Parts: sequence; C-alpha cells; structure tokens
Amino acid sequence: MTTLDLSKPTTALKSRVQLVKWPRLEPTLVLSWLVIALAIAFALAPQLFTPHSGTIGLAGNQLKPPSAEHWLGTDEIGRDVFARIIYGAINSLSGALIAVTVGFTGGTALGLIAGSSRRVVDDTIMRLVDTLLSVPGLLLQLSIIIILGFGTTNVAIAVGATSVASFARLSRAEVIRVRRADYVEAAFGSGGRFLNVLWRHVLPNSLGTVLAYAALQFGVAILAIATLGFLGYGAPPPIPEWGLLIAEGRKYMTTSWWLTVFPGLAVILVVLAANRISLALRARS
Amino acid sequence: MTVTTLARDSAEVLADRILDIEDLSIAYRESGQARRVVHGVSFSVAAGEVVALVGESGSGKTTTAQAVIGLLAENGEVEAGSIRIGGVEVSSWNDRRFNAIRGKVVSLIPQDPGASLNPVMTVGKQVGEVFRLAGQRGEAHIRELVISLFERVGLSDPALRYDQYPHELSGGMKQRVLIASAIALRPRLIIADEPTSALDVTVQRRILDLIDDLRRETGTAVLLVTHDLGVVADRADRVIVLRHGRIQETGKTTDVLEKPTSDYTRQLLADAPALAESAYREAPSATDPVLSVENLIKDFALGRGQSFRAVDDVSFSVSAGTTHAIVGESGSGKTTTIRTLVGFETPTGGEVRVLGQAIDKLRPDALRQLRKTIQLVHQNPFSSLDPLMSVEKIIEEPLLNFERLSGAERHVRVRETLDRVGLHADLLQRRPRALSGGQRQRVAIARALVLEPRILVLDEAVSALDVTVQAQILRLLVDLQERLGLAYVFVTHDLAVVRQIAHRVTVMQAGKAVETGAVRDVFDNPVSPYTRDLIAAIPGGKRSPFTRPRRRR
Amino acid sequence: MSNYLLSRIGQAAIVLLLAFAASFLLLQALPGDAILIKYQNPEMGLTPEQIAEIRVLYGADAPIWVQFGNTVWNFVQGSFGYSVQAGVPVRDLIAVNLPATLRLSSLGLVAAIALALLVAFAATLAPLRWLRSLIASAPSLLAALPVFWIGIVLIQIFSFRLRLVPVINPNEFQQLVLPVATLAIPIAAPLAQVFIRSLDEIEAQPFIAVVRAKGASRAWILFRHMLRNAILPVLTIAGVLFGDLLAGAVVTETVFGLNGLGRVTEQAVSNQDTAVLQAIVVLAALGFVFVNLLVDLAAPLIDPRLNRKIGAAA
Repeated sequence: MTTLDLSKPTTALKSRVQLVKWPRLEPTLVLSWLVIALAIAFALAPQLFTPHSGTIGLAGNQLKPPSAEHWLGTDEIGRDVFARIIYGAINSLSGALIAVTVGFTGGTALGLIAGSSRRVVDDTIMRLVDTLLSVPGLLLQLSIIIILGFGTTNVAIAVGATSVASFARLSRAEVIRVRRADYVEAAFGSGGRFLNVLWRHVLPNSLGTVLAYAALQFGVAILAIATLGFLGYGAPPPIPEWGLLIAEGRKYMTTSWWLTVFPGLAVILVVLAANRISLALRARS
Repeated sequence: MTVTTLARDSAEVLADRILDIEDLSIAYRESGQARRVVHGVSFSVAAGEVVALVGESGSGKTTTAQAVIGLLAENGEVEAGSIRIGGVEVSSWNDRRFNAIRGKVVSLIPQDPGASLNPVMTVGKQVGEVFRLAGQRGEAHIRELVISLFERVGLSDPALRYDQYPHELSGGMKQRVLIASAIALRPRLIIADEPTSALDVTVQRRILDLIDDLRRETGTAVLLVTHDLGVVADRADRVIVLRHGRIQETGKTTDVLEKPTSDYTRQLLADAPALAESAYREAPSATDPVLSVENLIKDFALGRGQSFRAVDDVSFSVSAGTTHAIVGESGSGKTTTIRTLVGFETPTGGEVRVLGQAIDKLRPDALRQLRKTIQLVHQNPFSSLDPLMSVEKIIEEPLLNFERLSGAERHVRVRETLDRVGLHADLLQRRPRALSGGQRQRVAIARALVLEPRILVLDEAVSALDVTVQAQILRLLVDLQERLGLAYVFVTHDLAVVRQIAHRVTVMQAGKAVETGAVRDVFDNPVSPYTRDLIAAIPGGKRSPFTRPRRRR
Repeated sequence: MSNYLLSRIGQAAIVLLLAFAASFLLLQALPGDAILIKYQNPEMGLTPEQIAEIRVLYGADAPIWVQFGNTVWNFVQGSFGYSVQAGVPVRDLIAVNLPATLRLSSLGLVAAIALALLVAFAATLAPLRWLRSLIASAPSLLAALPVFWIGIVLIQIFSFRLRLVPVINPNEFQQLVLPVATLAIPIAAPLAQVFIRSLDEIEAQPFIAVVRAKGASRAWILFRHMLRNAILPVLTIAGVLFGDLLAGAVVTETVFGLNGLGRVTEQAVSNQDTAVLQAIVVLAALGFVFVNLLVDLAAPLIDPRLNRKIGAAA
C-alpha cells in the first residue's frame, strides 16, 4: 500500500491549492493571453520584431512568396508583409481600445442610470437604446463616418458608438439582476443608504459580466475596424492597417495569396483570443 | 462465502430480488480527476418492497439511484461493483440498452415536479409518450389509456387535463402526472427521488399515500430516496442510511429507528424535528411586547384595477425573549407578513409597531435608524451573502452604516459577534463560496446580530439546510435568545420545528391567520380544521411524539 | 390580445420615429452638405448664387423643423429625395437594386439556417463526447472570420486553385454560389452558437432526465422535446441577424463586385450621398422593427406560457 501512502500528501496539497482558488492553467486560455501580449508588443515596439520597414518597399523585391528572408512574403512594391502586419498592430489595437472604451463608458453609465432609476428615466433611456439597436451595426457606423469623415480614430469612435446600446442593455440587466439579489436587500436591511449599497454591492457584482462582454467587444471591434478599413473608410494608404492590407492585396489575389491570407489570419487570431478571454472572464464572474 | 450459499443466493436473486446492488462504487470525473462519491455500497430490493435510501446532501443517495436507471451525469462512471435488475447485470450498459428497460421495468418519479415536465407540451402527450415509446400506436387509443391513468392517480377532470400545459397545473397535480407516466407500463421497480420535497406538507402526504396505494395494487417495488426520516418512518419497509457515499446502517425501518446501531443514525434521529423527543418551550413571564401587529392587510396590484390580498387581517405580538412562529404552506402570506415587519413592504391597512413606533409612518431615515432594532435573516444563505466580500467585510458592513467606530473597534466587534455565532476567527478572510451552508447561515446571523438588535426576523432560516446542520442552527438560536433576550419572529413551513423552538405560533392559510396561540395549546387542541390537517401531515407518524389520528389508508 | 398587439405596434412606431429623427438630425441637419460637395466643384464653374438656387430647389435652405416635416411627409409618401451623386430619385435607385440584394440575402439566410441546424444537430447527436464538443466549438471559430476575408479566400480556393467556379462568364448558379456562402457563414455562426447553447441549457433541465427515464432515444428527445424549447432564444436574435444580413450584403457585394443595395450603400458613403444613406438606414430600421414584431407575435405560438402572460396583460 505504498502507493496510497505516497498519494496522501499530494492530495492534501491539492485540496489546499484549490482552497486558495489557484487558477488552473488552461492551455487555450494561456495561448490567448500570449496572442494578445504579442499583439500589444507589436503595437508598442514594432522595430524589435522585424528588421524591415512597414511602409517603404525594396525595389526588385516585389510580390515574392514567403521565404526565409520574408516569412510572409512581400507586396507589390516590395514591402515585407510580416513587417506590415507588425506595424499595423498599433492601428487595429488602439482603434479597438478606443471603441471599447467609448462603448463601455457610455453604455455602462446609461445602463447603470437606467437600472437604478425610476421607471420614467429607465423607460426613456431604454427606448433610446432600442432605437440605436434598430439600425444594423454597419449602417450605424457608416452614418457616423459620413458625419465625422474617414480616418482611424473616426472609425474607432463609430464602432464604439455602435456598441453603446448593447453595453447599456447588458449592464442594465445586470444591475437589475443584482438589485433583486438577497444580499442587496440584506444590505438595505442592515441600514445601508442607496448610494452605499450601489457602490458596495451592485456595482462590483454587475461589473464582472460587463467586463467579460467588453473583452468580447474588443474582438468584435477588431473585426468591425478591419471591415471598415477594407471598405476604405479607415486609415489611408500607405498606413498598414490590417483591413486595408487585405483590400490592397485583393488586386493581386490571382497570383499572390499571401497578401490577403496572412493579414486575415492576424485579425482572426486576435479575435479568437479576445473571445476565449471573454469566456474565461464570464465563467469567473 | 461457500459455493453452496452463493448458489442459493443467486437462486434467491432470480426468485424475488428486483434490484441487487453489490459493492457499487461511483465516481465523477472532474478536470481529469476522478472523485469517488459512492464507496462499495451493497443492498437489494425485493418485489413489492419499499426501501428507503436516506442521507444528507452529498451522501451519494441520488447518485446511487441515478445509476440504477442509467441516468448518471455524463461525467459519472460506475467504477466497480454490480447493479442487477431482475438478475441482469446493467452497470456496464450504454444508453441504448438501458432504453429497453426504462419505463417498462424501471421507472422514475423525479424530485421537482415544477421542472420535470416539458413546458411546451401538453401533459396528456407527455404521458402518452410512454406508450408510444413502448410501440403502441393510435392517437385515440393512447388518449384513452392516458385518461384512465389520470383517473387512477386521482387527477380531477382527466379529459380536460389531457390537453393542458404544465403551467396550468398545481405542483401536486404535476407530481400526479409524473406518477401516471411512471406507473403507465407497470414497471417492477419505481425509483422515487425525493418525490415530495418540493411540495407542501399536506400535498406531500396525499402524494405519498397515492404512491403507497398504487404500489399495493401492482406489487411494484419502490426505491425511495429521501432526506426526511419522518417520511422513512411512515413509508419504508427497510432503510439504508448513507453518509459520504458509505452505508452507515441498514435494516428494517422499525429496527433502525428504534435501536440505531451507528452514531450517525442516532445523530440523525436526534436532529430530525419530527422525531425528536422534546418538550414545549416554556415562555418567560410575559412582558410588554417589543413588536405588535394589528389587523395587518397587504394588497398587491395586479394591474387594470385588480388586486390580490396577500395578507388579510393578521394580528399578533411578540415579547422580548420569546419566539413567535408563523407557519403556513406556500402562498399563505407568511413571507409577505414579515417583509412588512422589516419595512420592505408597506402595509395596505393595519399597523406594525416596533418598540411602540408605527413603522409605516416613519420617514426613510427614521426607518433606517429602526434597523438597529429589527433585523431580517434570509431563507437562503447561498444568496444572502455578497459573493465578492469576505466574511469580515460582510459582518462589518452594518457597523459602517451607523456607528463612527475606528477600524480596530470594528474589528473587535466583528470578532465578538463571530464568536457568538460559534465561528472561528480563521474564517474572517474567506469568501462565502468557501463556506458550508451552515457556516454561511451563521455568518448571516452574525451580520444581523452585530448591531445588537432586539428583534430578529427569520425567514425559513433553516429550511435550506441539512437536518444535522439545521439542528445546530436551531440550538444556536435558542442559546442566543437566552443569553441576549432576543425576540424572534420565525417563519417556517415545518410544524415540527415550530414545536421545538417557538413559544407562540400563528397558523396562516391564504393570507388569513386561522389560529394564533401558545404552541402547546395549538398543538394539543387545534381549533381550526386546517391546523389539524397540518399537524396530521407531519411525516413520521408511526414514531412521532405527537398524538394524532392514523393517516388515511 | 388585440390590446397587446396595439401597444406592441405603438412601441415599434415610436422606435421607428426616433430612429428617423436621429438619422435626420445626424445626416441632414449637421454638416457634410452633399449639395455643396457636388456643386462647389470648381470644374462646374457655378456661381454662389447658382448654388444657392440649387439649394432652394432641394429645400436645403428651409428652417430645420420644416425640413424635418417635409422629410417625414415625403418618406410616408414613399419619396426619399434625390441622390445628389447619381442625380436620380433615391426611390428608383433602391427599386432597381433591391431585388438583387433580396435574392442574395434570402439565399444566404436559407443557407445559414441550414448550416446552423446541421452543426447544432451534429453537436447534439454525434456519438462521442469529444466529437460533440469539437463540433460545438466550430461556430465560435467561424464567428471570428471577417466576412470580406471569407469571400476572398473562397475565391482564391474555388476559382483560382481548384478552378471550380469560373470568374469570367459564370452562369447564374456559379455567380451566386460563392457570395451566398460568404454571406451564410458569418450568419450561421452566431445562429449555431445560440442554438447550441440553448439546446445545452434545455438538455440540463430535469424534464429531459424524466423523458430519458421513459426510455426515449437521443434523437427522440432532440426532435420532440428539445427543439421547440430551444427555438425561442434563437428567434430573439432574429432582429440582430437581419442587421448582420444587411451588413454582410454590403461587404459581399463589394468583394464580389455585384450590383445591389450593399454596393449602393458603400458608394453613398464614399460620395457622402446622405439622402441615399438615410433612406437605407430608415428602411433597415423598418425591417428590423418589423422582424422583431413578427418574432414577438410568433413567440406565444411556440411557448404557451407566454400566451398566459399576454392574456393577463391585455
């Protein structure tokens, strides 16, 4: 029975580990954080990751397929595709960040007010939110872009404004769910004032789900920005924005598949990572 | 074991054992690790017999029962041992093979009738499905079969019921529908998994009577899974006591209940309110009431000018150091009554006075001040504690609302209170998630006590807990009352608990107080027929200390 | 019931009017004056007086509430103003392009529903547990693909590599198969996700265990019990899917160079042709509100419990 004796201390250790809720390492989640970390590193210090330029091409180096020198090939004016993706990270990520910030702050504020106010205020806000939701996302973004004009920041703001409504809806639902919880009633029952209870219980407990949704929206924003970039409303050439890279590569898709496939994969990887992280956040809240 | 006894045993198996479980071990696979929840359990059920599997939560009773009909959760697995049904080994069967005997040889009466019927299908179709799955055809023919089944299980207007949806039936009626589909094909074994725990006591008794009657008619064996020793005492021929997945004791019901051999069984019996031998509590000499309710009325608007009267002219008063119980079945208005006591609902009529102050006339801040005096403990300790806060923060919070204390002073008060409810200071930094149900309810009580109130209002404060834990909390409450002179308003559906803890009681039915008085008087000489019904429905009659008429046969 | 219907229609009308007002304020009252953009072009050589005349012609000089009233009245009459860029009535522009987009998106929707059902059924009925979870994770992968990228990759694979779908002189089927697939995949992904999640939730309900205890097979349980229960959450995203379908049409038509409303939208934005965009936005909102109204009316047919609530409210 030596095996049994050996197993005992390890199980005891394990139960203690679970007691402090050490997060179990999930490979896909770790991978997702790595993808995001790498994308952020690309955005902050692109020159560390590639010797090539993101905007200036080399003559005589046009439309080369992937090789040891140019891992992901080169484009029609001899620019390294991998370098363009690396230098493009800043546009996609900062755009998504602006979008999520706009949507999160605007939406959560509206949702919190609606969920904790009287019926009239709640109804008014929610009718406005319904109105925003009634226009398809892309059309709403296009309407805003037509007013603000083209460009990376304007696209990001348009994408963020579109998500205000869904953030507001979710955070209102969360606030109402938490407000009905027994522990909130208990907090009022032990003499808590409205704002105290809101700050101590309602806000922290509704935030978890909303943060998970924010992570999800980060992915959605990356996709939306790429789409608008592809349609040509985002950053003007030669800025290496991922959606724009694909749009430019389209002209050469009969011969040079790498121009469209690799920037697309960059978008997909970041979106998948954001979705996976959102899932983990939601499971925790 | 010799070859001859083995041979004799297996002959016996073939003769009359419907279910034979030997050395059964079951584990759940969780993130790559197997967690064993049933350890080497053996027992058998003979034709026509009622065998009870008794245990608290986590005892493995439901898991064992699920394995018998092949309905273990997807990550559950029979690790060792055997399950034989009618002599046939089924423990290694897959779903498809099990389908050949489900409904026909073994059937199930589930736990929660409210969630056990498909909400978008008529109940007639759902029972008729049993016949369709058995290969019977013909819409009219099946309809006839179902309607006669409905008649047998005592559903009124069976033809009308056939086309109704589950939400149009009461809990008791739903359970009758489920029983109808369980007995449709006259199986040899019915697994009844806590068949009445979700129902009111009076309904519970009628349903258990029905199962009894049907069993007698058809000779079907019943494996009764329950946490309620009272139900066991009334209904089972034999009993198996489980704890942490191991058998503590097995034997004839009368033997186990009268001469328990294991400590655990003795503990369970002592803690079961319905079976425990305890005297009525003597009330301390009467003092002025700290809480009085006069002609309380509460209406809820239903819209379009209609309203529903949830509380209809209820009056009672509570003195310091005494417990006033409010007892009733679901929908009796007991919870609404106490919510008006603590100011969460405003009365439509009548008056609630706390320490002489009429609470519906208080301004918001005066009401807030009054909360230092009267505190509510919620029913469910799993939802009444903020999951993000530590135990210390939870107990400390009421102090922040009222008293200007330094951090150190607050800390001392929290630790004193924690000590008072019998919790160790080790728990201060834990989150509610890391506590057991009993510990959570103690934390909730500590939060209520930290302001040193005069009155505690307890809303079914022990009904979500296992019996042994329930008994501990009740003892704690009695102890705190004696030390601190607290007045309790104690809401419960369980008359047996009332007898243990309360001095006075109000019995509520459909919003009205049908009886109010000293517990002794109400139990010994109930005036209203409803109270008599309620007392008669307390399970455990065979062994109950109450003198009451035999149940209907 | 009729009371409920009326209040529901009233709500829809309010939302629609608000959407209209918002789009009017944003697109017509604020800058980005399409008339100036077109006619101030020096090549046209128009004097400021002439431009002002044109503005009067288009009604752009009136006070804002007059403009709003006019616009509402015109919309109700089915007149959406003029496309400044194309110089034709917006109504004609939409009428010409609507059929193609309608055909593309209805085919895309049908394909998406078929694909989503296929994935969801496979994820519920596949024999092995790991296979089921593998299939169930496919939609979240598909949902991460940019629509335009799907189109480009499909062209590369099927037209250039495999040479199955010719780019030059395709027949009608060949012309539509790739765009329909491009449109269907991103619609099918959320549809399948919601459907699978909803099936999972239903499967965990106690009543499913009761049906299993009756001896029902997996397929019996799925088709007779889970399906009707699981369809309602899917219907509630119908409005969102309608929007996705329109957005998908914009991108798909651009990628494949097809004529349609999507293409019109894209060009309207590029040319700052607000009248066109406004008409499309309002029509889209109308479609969204209509789809949701239908869903609300259909829901009690699927779940009888909703019927009771409506009865009580009415």
